[in-house]
Amino acid sequence: MARVVLVTGVSHDPGAGLAVSLAKRSDVDRVIGVDVVPPRTSIVPAEFIRADVRGASLSRLLDTYDVDTVAHAGVLTGPARAGGRTGQKDINVLGTMQLLAACQRAERLVKLVVRSSTVVYGLSPRNPALFTEDEPPRTPPASGFAKDVVEVEGYTRGFARRRPDVTVTTLRLAYLLGDDSALSRYLCLPVVPTVFGYDPRLQLLHRDDAVEVLVRGCVEDHPGTFNVAGAGVLTVSQAAHLAGRPTVPVFWPAVGTVARLLRHAHVVDFNPELAATVMYPQIVDTSALAGEFGWLPVHSTREALLDFVRDAGPRPTPPTAAFAGAEDEHA
Amino acid sequence: MPDAQVLPFDGDRHRRRQAHEHEEAPRDERDEAGGGLGGDVERAVIAGLDFLRRRLAGDYTVDETGFDPDLTDHLLLPVLRGLYEGWFRVDARGLENVPDGGALIVANHSGVLPMDGLMLVVALHDHHPSMRRLRLLGADFLFRWPVFGQLARSGGVTVACNADAERLLGHGEAVGVFPEGFKGVGKPFSERYKLQRFGRGGFVSAALRTGVPIVPCSIVGAEETYPMLADLRPLARLLGAPYAPVTPLFPWFGPLGLVPLPSRWHVQFGEPIHTDGYGAAAADDPTLVLELTDHVRETIQHTLYAMLLHRKSVFF
Repeated sequence: MARVVLVTGVSHDPGAGLAVSLAKRSDVDRVIGVDVVPPRTSIVPAEFIRADVRGASLSRLLDTYDVDTVAHAGVLTGPARAGGRTGQKDINVLGTMQLLAACQRAERLVKLVVRSSTVVYGLSPRNPALFTEDEPPRTPPASGFAKDVVEVEGYTRGFARRRPDVTVTTLRLAYLLGDDSALSRYLCLPVVPTVFGYDPRLQLLHRDDAVEVLVRGCVEDHPGTFNVAGAGVLTVSQAAHLAGRPTVPVFWPAVGTVARLLRHAHVVDFNPELAATVMYPQIVDTSALAGEFGWLPVHSTREALLDFVRDAGPRPTPPTAAFAGAEDEHA
Repeated sequence: MPDAQVLPFDGDRHRRRQAHEHEEAPRDERDEAGGGLGGDVERAVIAGLDFLRRRLAGDYTVDETGFDPDLTDHLLLPVLRGLYEGWFRVDARGLENVPDGGALIVANHSGVLPMDGLMLVVALHDHHPSMRRLRLLGADFLFRWPVFGQLARSGGVTVACNADAERLLGHGEAVGVFPEGFKGVGKPFSERYKLQRFGRGGFVSAALRTGVPIVPCSIVGAEETYPMLADLRPLARLLGAPYAPVTPLFPWFGPLGLVPLPSRWHVQFGEPIHTDGYGAAAADDPTLVLELTDHVRETIQHTLYAMLLHRKSVFF
């Protein structure tokens, strides 16, 4: 079967890794990577086309290249790449809307893979120990990336209803460290502020596993929604300690002030979402993935963290480095 | 261990601190005069320091449900054991009624602070032949609170919802539940040992769905730990708490009022009620669920009355 895959969000991981891995496979003929900015590292042998998912040009693109599989990995976890929260929301929500509108008209399309996130389950003290895919959120996300993801999944469900002939796979990935997410930057702080009396579990996903599961979603047939996370959990303080960072507990009433300080000092975007992330757990059950894919992430949560720490350097990141990253975001 | 390279600084600091304590240990030994006792102290100090090192280096494992065996065994259980043995002098009977596989232990709830649940954890860990870990189901309210919610999670408590209960029971865990909830733990002293409503029987459907036996458990003594004389409702509403108790010691003596009265406790685990004969579909039969709920409630209530008849004194 001739396979032409269109991958969105190839300027960053996991989209970039996905495009390269797919292009290297013998059962994939052609991989077209699109994004608004060129990838930082080359995605050869995949081809890069500069296109904005928010624009109407995608429909033409899908027709011109006879695309049969679309992998939507272009959901942004942080505002840094979009130049702010508004841009992030535009790319995530409007981008998905435009992309799916184009997909609906693409007659040759047989498969859609959407990168979602486990943040859809919301953060709440009432959260069950583990979420299965059909468990409703106790407190639906009201803002930020999590809200975007809820909308992305909503559009995806709508698309699946309108195009029942297309195999739709939604992959809810756990936190990926190493992207520009607030959590990665948070764990890179020289001293990690935690909320006094709260130490929730975190589930992480290794970058290689994120790419692998997206590749499997594209080349195999697995309709449905699946949680993807590394085995095991770490608590927030445990993660910070494993990363070699001391933690400083901040009393809940002072969290707002500390968060504002960190944001204004351009150290880390300690937004309400991140504050809730370090207060309440959001852990997912991956047995549906194991059952349907016959595969589970190779790297555990702990390995994902240790690999991230090793790549980020064993020494605490100097504040200037974190500052440079933040500058980027406000540029 | 790959994290060794990540933590050169921390690892070194702990090693130095441990070496420092080694130097101090002999002094302890001289103070104690008895060599054997000194050795015990030294071992305890080293074990304590090793525990601290593990906590600071992140060198421990927390399971998916948040249960932290390291913290439970080395911090929570020793503290609770002191209360169990020394303060409440708990007399636990019928532990053989708790099977080795999945089991749902249903008990009466009382005493303002949920001490009864904690004592059940110690009873099953220290006195059950298989050293069972009791996984309690707690009100979601608990997890909103700092420190307490976290300690509860680490000790193996999880949110009282069917998803969690069935997951744990399905994995062969012993799960403890207090279906009276706040109605039981926050009832006035005048209503002691009168079982409150048993909710909607969610615990019975969890047991039916997983086919595990229900073990009724009756606890006598917990009612007298904090006799609740009055409930300051407006204050409770202001604080967002389920109740604001007035006991003989609280709030008059400030933090001292938090010291529980040293009542002597009796715990009786009853004959297990088997649910595997009904089939998983029975969980959707409300009549059966409510009947079983009543049956469990009656069993506990009658055992409580019988135990109270035989009790000679509240404190001895």
